[in-house]
Amino acid sequence: MAGILIKNAFVIDPLSGIKGEVMDIAINNGKIVEEAPSGAEVIDAAGCLTLPGGIDSHSHVCGTKVNFGRYMSPEDMRAGRTARKGVMHVTSGYSVPTTFGNSYRYSTMGYTTILEGAMAPLEARHTHEEFTATPHQDMLANTLFDGNWSIMEAVREKDTRRAAAVVAWVLAAAKGFAIKLTNPGGTEAWGWGEDVQSVHDPVPKFGVTPAEIISTMIRANEILNLPHSVHLHCNNLGVPGNYQTTLDTIDLAPDLNSERQSLYLTHVQFHSYGGSTWRDICSKSEDITRAVNNRPQVVMDMGQIMFGRTTTMTADGPMEFKLYMLHHNKWSNHDVELETGSGIIPVYYGRKSLVNCVMWSIGLELALLTRNPWQCLLSTDSPNGAPFVKYPEIIALLMSRRFRENERRMIDPRTEHFVPLFAIERELDWYEIAVMTRAAQAKALGITRIGKGYLAPGAEADVAIFPLRPDNVDPSVDYQQVMAGFSRTRYTIKRGRVVARDGEVVVEGANSTIWTKAHVPDAYDMGLDPEFRKKFEQYYTVRMTNYPVQDVYLPRGVRIETEAQL
Amino acid sequence: MKIEDVVCPFCGCLCDDLVVEVEGTKVVNVENGCTLANEKFMGDHRLNAPIRRAGEGWEEVSYNEAIEETAAILLDADRPLLYGWSGTFGEAQSVGVHLAELLGAVIDNTSTVCHGPSIMAIQEVGHPGCTLGQVKNRADVVVYWAANPIEAHPRHMSRYTTFCDGFFVKSAFRERKVIVVDVRETDSSQVADEFVKVNPGGDYAVLSALRAIVRGKRDLIPLSVEGVSREQLFRVADLCMSAKFGAIFFGVGLTMAQGKYKNIRNAIELTEELNRHTKFTISPMRGHWNVYGSNEVFTWITGYPYAVDFARGIAFYNPGETTSVDVLRRGECDACLVVASDPGAHFPRACAEHLAHIPTVQIDPHVNATTHLSRIQIPVAVTGIDAEGTAYRMDGVPIRTRRLFFGNYPDDLEVLEKIYRIVREARG
Repeated sequence: MAGILIKNAFVIDPLSGIKGEVMDIAINNGKIVEEAPSGAEVIDAAGCLTLPGGIDSHSHVCGTKVNFGRYMSPEDMRAGRTARKGVMHVTSGYSVPTTFGNSYRYSTMGYTTILEGAMAPLEARHTHEEFTATPHQDMLANTLFDGNWSIMEAVREKDTRRAAAVVAWVLAAAKGFAIKLTNPGGTEAWGWGEDVQSVHDPVPKFGVTPAEIISTMIRANEILNLPHSVHLHCNNLGVPGNYQTTLDTIDLAPDLNSERQSLYLTHVQFHSYGGSTWRDICSKSEDITRAVNNRPQVVMDMGQIMFGRTTTMTADGPMEFKLYMLHHNKWSNHDVELETGSGIIPVYYGRKSLVNCVMWSIGLELALLTRNPWQCLLSTDSPNGAPFVKYPEIIALLMSRRFRENERRMIDPRTEHFVPLFAIERELDWYEIAVMTRAAQAKALGITRIGKGYLAPGAEADVAIFPLRPDNVDPSVDYQQVMAGFSRTRYTIKRGRVVARDGEVVVEGANSTIWTKAHVPDAYDMGLDPEFRKKFEQYYTVRMTNYPVQDVYLPRGVRIETEAQL
Repeated sequence: MKIEDVVCPFCGCLCDDLVVEVEGTKVVNVENGCTLANEKFMGDHRLNAPIRRAGEGWEEVSYNEAIEETAAILLDADRPLLYGWSGTFGEAQSVGVHLAELLGAVIDNTSTVCHGPSIMAIQEVGHPGCTLGQVKNRADVVVYWAANPIEAHPRHMSRYTTFCDGFFVKSAFRERKVIVVDVRETDSSQVADEFVKVNPGGDYAVLSALRAIVRGKRDLIPLSVEGVSREQLFRVADLCMSAKFGAIFFGVGLTMAQGKYKNIRNAIELTEELNRHTKFTISPMRGHWNVYGSNEVFTWITGYPYAVDFARGIAFYNPGETTSVDVLRRGECDACLVVASDPGAHFPRACAEHLAHIPTVQIDPHVNATTHLSRIQIPVAVTGIDAEGTAYRMDGVPIRTRRLFFGNYPDDLEVLEKIYRIVREARG
């Protein structure tokens, strides 16, 4: 592979401490290097904004429930379709695009790495099959443990080490990356049509509480030295007054890791509601960000909603049923034995709905009120808040108060009585956006160790060059230009190859799947544990030997190995 | 050699606990399998080599020749149909979809004459389902509606429902109530605690009556609904509403009876209604071992589970127009590739006749009814016996089938990839 020399790039590379410098970047053999090899292709960036490849640390793009979102929604498939063109396959779908649709659209926006937000271990093979059909991004999978029986039993026995051992076995079997807890305890309760109402509500028949599950898993995660922290979707998503649950959850987070956070809270917008009913719902973003500002051990992502049509999908089965009771459109549910649940419903977020306007405001407030941009990452929980193609619009809203004021005129006029958004003057700058869309993700996920999220020599050559010249664009005023610029890179470079140019994908991709293998002593190998094996012999419907995802499903797997402290 | 935890490639149950004994390239014994599984593993009626029609008879041809001619037929066609897919593994299905994309063909799987209407209903109202283990461990009420698992999915009851103990249901046979709804008595209805005999075509009305009862409108129910007494309807509704976890399984007897997808919609809406009182799920009894896989693969590549037409360049889906039976019945299809299914045995006569008139190529290990309509047949390895790949169980759980021995046949993937390469070369 011949190298590439990017000249005159306006580089922002937060992890390397580069806050906006015109410089050259040399690439060889898929890595950033000091000097480009002779004969390297020269790209003149002409002063354009150049960032490390985008990283989405929470998106739903592959796997059982995502595919069911497509399966049940021909109307959404029709809402976005392109014909085969050059190396690009046919794509369908707007809020839940086909795998190639996701991959191409992310790639033309400069994204080179995506974490799938929720994978049930029993159905992991499916996620990995779709990963290989998402060829332009390196993929990682959050692995669901929220209703895992072996985990809850270990929690009940107060045996954190055993919980860690279960995690190690399951991650290796599912080829998963990190621990995901979705409404911990609630998904098991949903097996009986019930839910938990607070972090101290016991899970039916298991006698453990969400708080105990969360605390144990945070510690188990550190015992295993996993790259990422526990990735938590709090209890009580989308319920008015739920901010108290979120604050209670934040209080559970100890500071155990000097490299990164100890707890990652996802789509916090959906967890920052005051009031007691849909009539008096209000923003509690100030309370939430105050708590986060005081706790460096917590990182969150926004979970911004944007107006328009989308599809909600989550492992949080009970929440989806509640949402269905509001929308009465269509509802799918898929509980997974011994592990978790899931649900899907289509939604429409309207500017005329006061509730939706409050939600929209809260997401932006979280980003604007969090002092340290490394603690609040840009996301829509795609497609739950909005499909990821809306990211450029969110960036523009965060960078321009004028844009926010213009939007204010278009939404329900009562909104301002329920949210602080319009009193906030802060406008984020290019550097903060670079942090919130790649650098902070790499740090939070712990994947800088494999060269992700920065552009110093030795890093993976994942680069995005946007048609935006920071020296002559004022984002506060030219927000339309910002939006257009972030929608379509001039070049997206993935592992040293130009993969997309001016909105078109130009090569067939070859991604990697990144997973975690935590080495544990034999005494903690759950594969040999009689109680654990019994789960397969008696309660699962798949044999233990047929459960692990075979290597053939990860043609270019990247294994991050850790040593457990057991 | 005995191989354990073998996955059975017959029905949608996708049992993965078989013990199969192999001698060389022959299966000599199967343990834990049902009669269908035994026949699948032990049966030995394979075609030896690719064959091509020659006058009144057949001639053997090489794989290369058969593959090249197949590619030529497809390249020559204006409106090719690629049909079948439910009896092969996901990786091969994926190449099939990309081949269709390249050709601008219609691609369709066996759902089109099976649970296609169930999919249409799901697209209207969604699908509250679960994995089979959820039923096994929790369900205290199981309903089989217009399905006869004892004959069609022989181990469904013993592995997942009626006779299968679970974590919260220690003695399934005693603690679990089984309701069978059908138009006639079957082996399955004989093991039911409650058998509801419905007049043929009366399912929709019975489902509506149950929905009304669950909604608290008992006084609206007449003395009898489509052959079912009011007392029995009340009893069934009470059983369901007092369940801790209920599971409905429905078969093509509901999907393909009068009312078609509206029956399924009604059944799903009954399930949704029951969820306001307790926990209830509903699941189709999928037939082929990997028909659900074909839906999954089609969906992540094209956005649609079946009946996908690439003629417009984009993926287009419109059941009734882009479904195989309709494409054939209108006589617009001018070449057909059949992979891993038997439309000759399952399609309406007019469609089968059309298949015989156009160049039809079949990729399948066995001689079947479609062989007699085909111009060429290319035998391949049997997935789960001498080929391996991904399959999706009826509940969406993906399991990798095993290769028990290396045989002399190429698998579907190899053959399709060769066809794909020739077509790609020609079409760019």
